[in-house]
Amino acid sequence: MSDERGFIRRYIFSTDHKVIGIQYIITGLVMALVGAALATLIRLQLGWPDHPWPLLARLLPEGYPGGVMAPEFYLALVTMHGTIMVFFFISYVLVSGFGNYLVPLHVGARDMAFPFLNMLSYWIAFVSALVLILSFFVSGGAAAAGWTAYPPLSAIAAAVPGSQMGQSIWLLSMALFIASFTMSGLNIVATVLSVRAPGMSMMRMPLTVWTYFTASILGLLAFPPLTAAAVMLLFDRHLGTSFFLPSGLIVGNKLLSNTGGSPLLWQHLFWFLGHPEVYVLLLPALGVACDIMPAFTRKPVYGYRTSVYCLWAVGALSMIVWGHHMFVSGMSPFTGEYFSLVTLTITVPMTIFGVNMLASLWGAKLELATPMLFVCGVIALFGSGGLGGLFLGNATADMQLHDTYFVVGHFHMMIGGVTLLATFAAIYFWFPKMFGRMMNETLGKAHFWLTFAPFFTIFFMQHFLGLQGAPRRYYAFTAFDYLQKTRGQNLVISLAAFLLVSAQFLFLVNFVWSLVKGRVADANPWKATTLEWTLPSPPPHGNFDTVPTVERWAYEYGVPTPDGDFAVQTVSADHVPVTA
Amino acid sequence: MIKKIEGSFVSLLFAGTAFVGAWYGARAWLPELASRHGAGIDAMLHYLLSTVGALFVAGYVALAILIWQGSRRLSIGPRFASRKTEIILSGALGLGMAIIAEGGVLAIGIPVWSEYFDAQAPADATVIEVTAQQFMWNVRYPGVDGVFGRTDPKLVDDTANPLGLDRSDPAGKDDVVALNDITVPFGHAVHVRLRSKDVIHSFFLPNFRVKQDAVPGMTPEVVFFPTRTGTFELACAELCGLAHYRMRGFFHVVTAKEFAVWLHQQQAGS
Repeated sequence: MSDERGFIRRYIFSTDHKVIGIQYIITGLVMALVGAALATLIRLQLGWPDHPWPLLARLLPEGYPGGVMAPEFYLALVTMHGTIMVFFFISYVLVSGFGNYLVPLHVGARDMAFPFLNMLSYWIAFVSALVLILSFFVSGGAAAAGWTAYPPLSAIAAAVPGSQMGQSIWLLSMALFIASFTMSGLNIVATVLSVRAPGMSMMRMPLTVWTYFTASILGLLAFPPLTAAAVMLLFDRHLGTSFFLPSGLIVGNKLLSNTGGSPLLWQHLFWFLGHPEVYVLLLPALGVACDIMPAFTRKPVYGYRTSVYCLWAVGALSMIVWGHHMFVSGMSPFTGEYFSLVTLTITVPMTIFGVNMLASLWGAKLELATPMLFVCGVIALFGSGGLGGLFLGNATADMQLHDTYFVVGHFHMMIGGVTLLATFAAIYFWFPKMFGRMMNETLGKAHFWLTFAPFFTIFFMQHFLGLQGAPRRYYAFTAFDYLQKTRGQNLVISLAAFLLVSAQFLFLVNFVWSLVKGRVADANPWKATTLEWTLPSPPPHGNFDTVPTVERWAYEYGVPTPDGDFAVQTVSADHVPVTA
Repeated sequence: MIKKIEGSFVSLLFAGTAFVGAWYGARAWLPELASRHGAGIDAMLHYLLSTVGALFVAGYVALAILIWQGSRRLSIGPRFASRKTEIILSGALGLGMAIIAEGGVLAIGIPVWSEYFDAQAPADATVIEVTAQQFMWNVRYPGVDGVFGRTDPKLVDDTANPLGLDRSDPAGKDDVVALNDITVPFGHAVHVRLRSKDVIHSFFLPNFRVKQDAVPGMTPEVVFFPTRTGTFELACAELCGLAHYRMRGFFHVVTAKEFAVWLHQQQAGS
């Protein structure tokens, strides 16, 4: 099939879901480098508080006046690190990037349901990332009210320097991000519902598609309230409204004229999005892990149907538990009891899902290639992260742990670690399909070891900082006697963090080197069963010459066939019996 | 051979993580306890630490064993578990988690939660108003009349009158005001009315297991019962701006006699 599009239509303003997916992935990886750099500065400060850094002072004179990091710069770093990693790294690479790349291929479609909308969503996402980065350079610096942006801190310019122009730009960037993410989610839902290949019934879809489908529905339901909240906050900031500002506020010894608003309203609107959002990130991570696994266990995944039902249950429950972020916010304690009980109900489907992943290893003929190593890491972090959730979902325990490093440790394990390791697993696994070359296994394995070990150390230890009562978003732990003994732990965490960040260069080198020099990949290097492996690597524009007919589910492994021990989804039942 | 060695190492990674993690986690991490309801919160935390700790070790060891076995297997075991195994495994583990998680909340958590939030402050409780602002804690006692005087945001002046006290209100004549130091008598409940002048702060007494956001426009109240005398630290637990990390206060629990003397001195001084 000849391709007559010019370079620009082909690689820049492309409507091909595969190119758009790769664009998202590259953009997200670049943003991840920024986010990691910010994390390095954060850990430098927490490991060695009050230490002067002359070199950094020369590079970042405003962040390091006199050589020591300024507290406002620290808060901007924390805010931007969180925003970038959640919205501009994981959302871009894993959700939008792999979502775009995989969903059409997995359901046997020639492209997304709305290719032009898809291109539009990427370019808006790109602009939104640029806008966010720009906010570092405005007066007052980048937003500094945390990624949760609680007003009044985020609403009043005099409250913190980042709440000058930086916060407005942050809100603008979020509005663009949400617009783009909504389009992309709509596209995924439409693609799954309307352009599946003949024979691809819902219950034959790979778990990857199920997770993207569920996550996209959640995103569509949950993001609009945040959009509304962001607009309301912009109004409060610039047009004198009082949605989130009560009467009697005195900032900088000046009485403000606002009246009648409620700071808690923002928290409700934010977490109504915020909680489903963590599942928007987490579920695709679990989905890709489930689909990578069988290629290395040579067995079907364990409990496919139960896993799908669990996804539905988690999706539904995730919409009604947002208040567990607000147990000590001043919200009625009776609602606290409700939110606590419903939140902990989520452990049931999530446990079953996690156990299904673990049980997929049972009886396996395991090959520990790089993608599989990262999947093992996903299972491990999902376990430890999920168990931490039992503490925080429990209102009584949360009274002590709320807003401490326990929370930081917990969410990094889940929406930081599970998603990060799944992203790496996915890149190592689908790289040959995307670029037609294999990544280097030795570097890949080293990358796994040097990622998992420090990652686990950092965030496991942070749980215990939380038990000691160390609050999050502290510029230093020097001002309190009871926090003095956390200094040594913070030093260890910082050293582990530097190791973690350095190890990512192994990945970057591998990525770039393999792109040019990697061993050429054939169509199906992992002997996997989903539809993309029937296509050449990389697949042509339009994917399938003729739309494939799907004959079976996605997990036909461990059966004797002419190809070996597996049958791709298009193999007819006449040749290989269908087992599920 | 290489495959087996690799499998052993990966297996060891997860098993090792489990045991080192459990060893690291099993020490006394919580700050020294100084409140009555705090014992309930600690019981909740210890219940979770032990059940969750056991699940963590069990899960990681299972993962390690599966990897160990898998990397040594030359052909796969049965492709499917029986329907019965699947239902039992999902059902048992789902139910087990429900019992551990929900059971913990219902049996240990909710009673403590109720004790803390539903408690009517006893008549002899020490009533204090704490007004947070960037980056300090304003403390006010109602004085002998037991009534706080009127305040008005219009009267606020950060140096002369940080709380905006209305000097014309007779009820306010005997109010005692302090900054960053809360003093309470031992043997009585403490009843804190929390306010904030500017942004959201959080009143966090790590030793008392007390944490409550101070939200402008609201006056949440907390009631708790100190079980020890001594001086404890008060921290801000909600990001409130540049000096959030050093928004420090002190909470002094003194004997009733010392308290009477202290209060008298304050009133004489004001």
